[in-house]
Amino acid sequence: MFSRAARSWVLRTTGGGLGTRGTHSPGGSARSQGKMAPYYTNHYAQRSYPMPDEPYCTELTAEQQALKEKEKGSWAQLSQEEKVALYRLQFRESFAEMNRRSSEWKTVMGCVFFFIGLTGLLIWWQRVYVFPEKPVTLTDERKAQQLQRLLDMKSNPVQGLASRWDYERKEWKK
Amino acid sequence: MASGALAKPQMRGLLARRLRFHIVGAFFVAVGVACACKFGVAEQRKKAYADFYRNDDSMKDFEEMRRAGIFQSTK
Repeated sequence: MFSRAARSWVLRTTGGGLGTRGTHSPGGSARSQGKMAPYYTNHYAQRSYPMPDEPYCTELTAEQQALKEKEKGSWAQLSQEEKVALYRLQFRESFAEMNRRSSEWKTVMGCVFFFIGLTGLLIWWQRVYVFPEKPVTLTDERKAQQLQRLLDMKSNPVQGLASRWDYERKEWKK
Repeated sequence: MASGALAKPQMRGLLARRLRFHIVGAFFVAVGVACACKFGVAEQRKKAYADFYRNDDSMKDFEEMRRAGIFQSTK
């Protein structure tokens, strides 16, 4: 399941290079599998680059070439199906198709959590097997003595530590 | 396309409209945050210091500290 999700993620992010031609969109018999130029010179339309350099289909059948000739005339004479067919010759996906959402975020979040968990395990192992002894100044008794000294010095008496201590009753202010 | 009932969308001035909206918004947000900081933080702190120093007896504090034994120069 993970490999399938990973594969679809790789396909989606590379924008469908040479290997993905057969996998998408059944139907659309008017759409021919045109010549595949290298990815870097002829990438498909994206929201940030909506007009690619070359049309999607460059090898046209006779009937598609006839349609292209008809396109040179007035567009009002084209029927709806012909307009859609011309669009599909020019572009691989419509805006709705290219902007469809995907499940990629689930893979991303899964990998993020996995590596956070792995890091947690590594740090736990480190704490058990690598870290040296804690210094004596971190024992509770020593920490209490340090706190008592801070209160004796009246450190930060306006808004800080000593302002929270009630010196008459010798306890923290409520 | 077949004539539908859609109105023609706004074609021009999109960036200008977005900039105006965000500049005005950013101005008010900045002013709001500044006011919140002034009243929440600055005035509170000034009041705390004023209250502390109104009835402060530094010699009494010194005697208490000396009795607690934190000084090296005197006992």
